[in-house]
Order: sequence, then C-alpha cells, then structure tokens
Amino acid sequence: MTVRANIPLIFERSTPGRRGYRLPELDVPETPISELIPEEYLRSEAPALPEVSELEVVRHYTQLSRLNHGVDVGFYPLGSCTMKYNPWVHEDLVSLPGLSAIHPYQPEETVQGALELIYNLSEHLAAIAGLSKASLQPAAGAHGELTGLMVIKAYHNFRGEGHRREMIVPDSAHGTNPASCAMVGYKVVEVPSDSRGGVDVEALGKLVGPNTAGLMLTNPNTLGLFDENICQIAKIVHDAGGLLYYDGANANAIMGIVRPGDTGFDVVHFNLHKTFSTPHGGGGPGAGPIVVSEALAPFLPGPVVAKDGDKFRLVMPEHSIGRVRSFFGNFLVYAKAYAYILSHGPQGLREVSEAAVLNANYVMNKLKDIFELPYDRICMHEFVLSGACLKEYGVRTLDLAKRLSDYGFHAPTIYFPLIVEEAIMIEPTETEPKSTLDEFIEVMRQIAEEAKENPEMLTSAPHNAPVKRLDEARAARHPVLRWARQ
Amino acid sequence: MRYLPLTEDEKREMLASMGLEQIDDLFQDIPPEAVFQGDLDVPGPLSEAELIRHFKALAAKNQDTTKLVSFLGAGVYDHLVPSIVKRIVGRGEFLTAYTPYQPEITQGVLQSIFEYQTMICELTGMEASNASMYDGASALAEACLMACAATKRELVILPATLHPQWQEVVRLYLESQDVSIVYMPLDEQTGTADLNQLSELPWGEAACAVVQQPNFFGLLENVTALESRIHANGGLLVMAVDPISLSLLKPPAEFKADIVVGDGQSLGQAMGFGGPAFGFFATTEKLIRRMPGRVVGETVDAEGKRAFVLTLQTREQHIRREKATSNICSNQALNALAATIYLAVLGKQGFRDVGYQCLQKAHYLKQRLLEIPGLSAAFSAPSFREFAIRGAFDWAEINRRLLDRGFLGGLPLARFGHPDLILFSVTEARTKQEIDAFVSTLRGLIQ
Repeated sequence: MTVRANIPLIFERSTPGRRGYRLPELDVPETPISELIPEEYLRSEAPALPEVSELEVVRHYTQLSRLNHGVDVGFYPLGSCTMKYNPWVHEDLVSLPGLSAIHPYQPEETVQGALELIYNLSEHLAAIAGLSKASLQPAAGAHGELTGLMVIKAYHNFRGEGHRREMIVPDSAHGTNPASCAMVGYKVVEVPSDSRGGVDVEALGKLVGPNTAGLMLTNPNTLGLFDENICQIAKIVHDAGGLLYYDGANANAIMGIVRPGDTGFDVVHFNLHKTFSTPHGGGGPGAGPIVVSEALAPFLPGPVVAKDGDKFRLVMPEHSIGRVRSFFGNFLVYAKAYAYILSHGPQGLREVSEAAVLNANYVMNKLKDIFELPYDRICMHEFVLSGACLKEYGVRTLDLAKRLSDYGFHAPTIYFPLIVEEAIMIEPTETEPKSTLDEFIEVMRQIAEEAKENPEMLTSAPHNAPVKRLDEARAARHPVLRWARQ
Repeated sequence: MRYLPLTEDEKREMLASMGLEQIDDLFQDIPPEAVFQGDLDVPGPLSEAELIRHFKALAAKNQDTTKLVSFLGAGVYDHLVPSIVKRIVGRGEFLTAYTPYQPEITQGVLQSIFEYQTMICELTGMEASNASMYDGASALAEACLMACAATKRELVILPATLHPQWQEVVRLYLESQDVSIVYMPLDEQTGTADLNQLSELPWGEAACAVVQQPNFFGLLENVTALESRIHANGGLLVMAVDPISLSLLKPPAEFKADIVVGDGQSLGQAMGFGGPAFGFFATTEKLIRRMPGRVVGETVDAEGKRAFVLTLQTREQHIRREKATSNICSNQALNALAATIYLAVLGKQGFRDVGYQCLQKAHYLKQRLLEIPGLSAAFSAPSFREFAIRGAFDWAEINRRLLDRGFLGGLPLARFGHPDLILFSVTEARTKQEIDAFVSTLRGLIQ
C-alpha cells in the first residue's frame, strides 16, 4: 500500500453556507415551530455538522477507503476471524427493495417472503449444527454467547436448579466467553489445557459439581486443534447436570464433517460474518444466531417463525427468555448467510471446510521449521505459532505483524491465545489460491531472515503503510475521542 | 465450487507436501464416533443466476415501501437516504475490512469512526461517544448496567412510556444481573411519565432514571422534573433519544444527562425489516472509562503525524475478560459509517431541514386526521414526528383495507394495552399529496 494518509477530517473541509444534499421543498402548510414545541425543548445552536458539497463527501470517504486493507484488497490471515471472500452478488440480493425496504411492524401477510427466509435459514443452521431450533436475533458472536447463556440459565431456573451458577471456560477461550458469563451473573471457573492443547479432562472432572451450569468450548479451539476428547468431555459435564455451549467462532473447520449437536453440545452460536461469509464491515454488522437442542428450544428469545402449511407466522417460544435485541436481528446480514448456504449446498459446505483445513495445514507445515509450533499436530482451519524465537534479535511478534503489511498482507491475530507466548494465529481460509499461500510463506520466511540480519527493519515497520507505527499508549493516556471545534 | 480456487492437482500436491494422501487424513484427530456421516440437510448448490431468481421470488412475496406509502414508525423510519451513502459504504475497502486491530493499515475505518464519534457528540452535546453498538435497545440496557457499576446500586427506574421492545431487552439484561426495575407510570392525559407519582419511587436506591425523548408515543417528556429528582439522590440520568429529533431539540447534555443512547436507523440506514442499523452511546468525560464497546482516539505516528487508533482497551473483554465493562466485542462500523456519510452530506442545514420537515408534515397529518369525526388526539403533550390517535375502531381491519389501497397504515397499539390507539409516523419522505390521499382514504373507510 503506498497511499499516504494525510487526509483532513470532514469537519476541517467545511465552508460555512455550503450544501450537499437538498430535500424537496416543504409542500405542507407551515405552522410556527413555537406553536408545536415549547421553547424550553428547542436547541439554541445547531450541531456543528460539516458544510460540504456532495463531491467533497465522495472524495473524502473514497480517499479514506483507500487507507484500508480489506479482503478485497489482499490476503487477510487474521486467525479466528475467518476473513474469506464475501461474494458480491450478496450485496445485490439484499438491495432488492422486497428485502431492504420492508418495515418490521408490517402485517405478517405482507412479509411472508422475509419470514420464509428466516424460517429456512433457521432450519439450515439447525441442520449444520445437528440441533433443533434457532433464533436469529443476536447481532454478533458475543451477543450470541450472551443469549445462549441466558437460555442455559433459564433452563436451569425452570428446573429448580437456579443454584447452578458456575460456568467452566478453558484457559484458551476467547475473552468474550468469560465476559459473557459475567453478563449473566455466572462465576467463571477456568479449566487448564493439557499437553496436547485440549481441555485437561482430569482437571475438568474435578471442577464439575452440583453448581455447574455448563462448559463453554470452542472446537476446534483457539489453537486450531480439534479436541479429541470431546465425547468424554460432554459426558463429564452432562453427568454433572451441566450443559455444553459451543462457541462457533471456528465453525469454518467443521461444516458437514462434525455436527456439534452430535458430539453433545446443547447450544451453538454461529458467527455468520465468519463461517457464512457476510462481510465484516470494519467491525460490524455481523450476526450471531444461536441454535439449541429440543430441550432448550422453549427458552429461545422470540419471536421465532413457525410454518403452517405454506404460511409463515411469528410465535413466542413457550418459556421464552424474551428479547435480546429489537425486532428480528440483523436481517440484511443473515440474508447473505442464507444465500451463502444455498450457493454451496451440502457437498459445497463440506468442501469449504476441507479446503480451509487443507490450506491451514499446508501453510503450517511450511512455516514450522522457522517458527516454533507449540502443539505440533494436524491443525484444523487455523494454527498458532510462537514468535518467541525472534526475541534473541530484539524483535517481537508485533514487529513481524507490522512488517507483513509492507508486503501487502494483513497481519495474523497476535498475542492470542494467551497460553502461547508471542502467539501468531494464522487462518488462511479456503478462498485463497495456492499461489497466495506460497507468496505468504515466502514473505514470512524472508521476514524471519530480516529479523536476524536487519532487526531494525522490523522494529521500525511498517515502512510502506499509509502511516508509520502509532503511539498507542499516548491515545490511552490522554484520550482525544472527538474533533474539537475551533 | 464457485469460490473455491484449489484444483485437484493442487490439492494432491499440497497433501503430498505434508506426507498425506487424502483430505480425510487431515481429520484424523476427530474421534470416529463424532464424525458426521452423510450429507447435511440443506438445499443447493445454486448457481448465481438461480440464487438471484430464488431471492427475487422471496422478495416478491413481501410488500415493500417503494410501492406502499408508509406511515409506520415506532423505532424504524422511512427516511430519504442520499444515493451516495449506499455507494460509498459499498466500497470493498470498507465492506471487507475487519475491526481495525492493525491501525496502520485501517486508518480509513478509524478516521471515519472518529468523525462518527464527533458527530454523535455534536448531536447529543455529550463529551464522548463510543464507536457504536448493536441497536438502541441493547445500548440502553448497557447504559443501565454502566449506571449500576458507576453508582454501585442495583435498581433502575424505567418509564412506562419507553418503547415496549426496549423495555423487554432492558428487562432481560438487568434480570440477568439481578438488577431490579421500578416503572414510572404513564400519565394517561399527557402520554408522558406521570409526574404526580414521582414521590412514590425509590430515588435513593436508583442507579439511574431512564427517559426516552421523544417517548414511544412520539411525545416530549418533562426531563427537567426527572433530572432534579435523580441527581438530588445520587443517581444518573440516562436519556434514550431519537437522533433526527436532535436537529431541533435541545441536546441531552443541556438536560444534564450522564449517558445518552439511541438507535441510529433513521440516520441513512435501510429499514431492512429492522436490521442492521446501530445503537449510539455517549457519556461524560468523567465516565468514559466505564463505557462499554470500542472507542477510537487520536494519536500520532512515529513521524508525529495525526492518526487514529482503538483506545481505552483496558475496559474490554479481550484484556479484562470477566472483569470487562461489557462482553461486547464488535461495533456496527459499517452502519456508523453510513450515518457519518449521511450526516456529512446533509450537513448543518440539511440535517435541520429533515427534522423541520418531519415535524411540519407530522403535524399536518395530525391536524387532518383530527378533522375526521370519531378521531381525537390520544394525548396532550407536544409531539415530534410521531403521534397517537384515539378512535374506537378495529385498526387492524382498517389497516388491511388501507393496504389494498396502497397504504401502510400506522401501528395499532392494541397489542401494547391501548385498544383504541394507533401510532402514526411521518417523515420528510412523505409528500402532501400522499398525506392528503391517505387522509381521504381513511376517512372513507371509517365513515
């Protein structure tokens, strides 16, 4: 990337009196505003929005866009985020007025197509998860976690077991897992990983008990490893009266290969913006639907869609926890996931996961001789290297990440999971051709060489990005969170 | 498959490089009893042309507002959206980026969020805004939880005039953390919180009092009366506001709000059956380290040049885990970007024009409806772009007939316990001709 950032803020482009978009002339008789709204409610000064022309707005944001790395721009091996290709046809589909210009309070008979889409997608996600019923209301993965835990809590409460307030979470888990537990008032009990990177089954056996609400597990886990003991783990938790929560962040590895429901999971959330290819949008909107077992279905948030003959209608599950978001969740996002499933079909979804796993293992195998691979096993859709071997040259994983952008690649996820020192988490995804993987491998090897011969090249990176390395500490010490009016 | 580039030769070559023969060898860690046998029960594959056909058929089963004239609101509004909003937001560099973890190569997202935060501060008058949240309802729930954490209290006062769906979301979030809720009752005459019953409420125990402005019925609440009560008792004032109304209405900071939230759908977003849009969240400088969600701050690069970065991250889940201010991990960046572009292109005057036209057109419809015998104003408080009308009719049935004539009528409030009421919303997108035609059609149906 050679575009240099030196773009003023949109406010700094403002010229008093300049106009962009204009409304049609007001065509109803006017009533003085003072007769409609009492003086004490009215603002005395207009908000200082920019005064710019339409072309200025277009140029400004087009220039800003060019400072971004996206999947459309180049390789984006950000582990645990599944930065795969986002099919452009999906943008056309959700722009159809029949989907984009409908109101959520319209009478059901006028939105049968939308309800059908929700119903179908719920069924398809249930089929992929190997479970029973879905709710599409959660707006993101963390929101799905929160919702799933609320459902688990409601289930235990309903059975008179409200004292079950301990949720077991592996030490390799995403930060959202313990944070979501706290949001439902659960105590987090951490279970360590064993020497092969999976849940320490012996430790788990000692942690479960009468207060266990359940276990949250990502499988494959954040090391990119499939937990070989999953059936045993499920038995331990179920025997103790707990439920199993599947964090679907890594579901790109398992479509059509393993169904979480078959391995004992009771609740699954899917990150549709990962596995099902809805664009990440710079951090959102995503969608984090949950799918649950027959026993938990009555507790789902509602409404959900039921089918009577060829008619669809909204119903509240019998013991619904209520609502986690207004209306039906991120409809125009999950409509893209629906399109993605239809494009692939059963065989295609399986091929997606196979290729994702193949790509990851290929890259891992070509890098494990120069970086440390803490768990040397066949990985699933991603793997975690350690950059600790660079430390002797005064170079850290962070420096490697910055240097990668000079070669046109986005960095992997770094410093996560926490149980690997100087972690480098790489997820190539299935949509990358072998040639891109080979280039990435070559660049990684080259950077490792640079670390030895010219470490400063890494520690002062990036060199070709729109800005040089940022002073992140300063931003946190003296927060400047908005443009100050002159 | 369409999006899978590896050829069979390449697959063989890649497997061979690892000493493997077939794809199944990659899955040897999965216990045999866990392996799924058979095909997933999903349809497809469809080609692109078949997929488009399928979606068009689904869309055709919906009746949309490009064909119907809509007076529905209640949280989602049919506003005009300038063409450039969708065009720019659709650029792949914005669409296919992720959370800006590597700030040096995501300055576009970061700067646009910084501009967004500034605009939210300008609208609300508050000192700091986060980078956006899922929606208005969940943002309000998070605001209540933040108030509880800031005051170390476990009770929240909610108005009965809050949007019913927002009440549901807030209740669920608060119950999950054993926070109690006390409701300010509705004043049946004004349509706002009943000020005569304020002394009954447990102000001394309340972490915050919430006020929605305008409220669910589109009416303006007497914020000052509530503000003095809650602040005198050491609680926080949380305001849930409609951003379009802030083009005309006094910013919440001038009412001494401590936290301000709202739903951003009306700022340049498609209605999309209710999502995605975004929630905004703003607060005072004093409380910024208790804020949930992503925040972008200004800094400099190694050459001293201004740049932007995610900041104050020690509040967040990936660092604090169960001690984080919230579990929220993402924001609604693309929707916040759409709002930023929307507000930029409308500009200072254009934004005011939107609010002004909504107010005038809503008032015009209200006056015209009140000319119809049998209809009366439901409440006495002043309204903005939404209002409730009283009339002893079967509003669901009337709406069905309106639909046959090309109108999407208001929202009957029977399901919320107000059998004779119907809530109408009018935006700048409605024309006088549409309003007049609607009124005469409705008049014909009623008489």
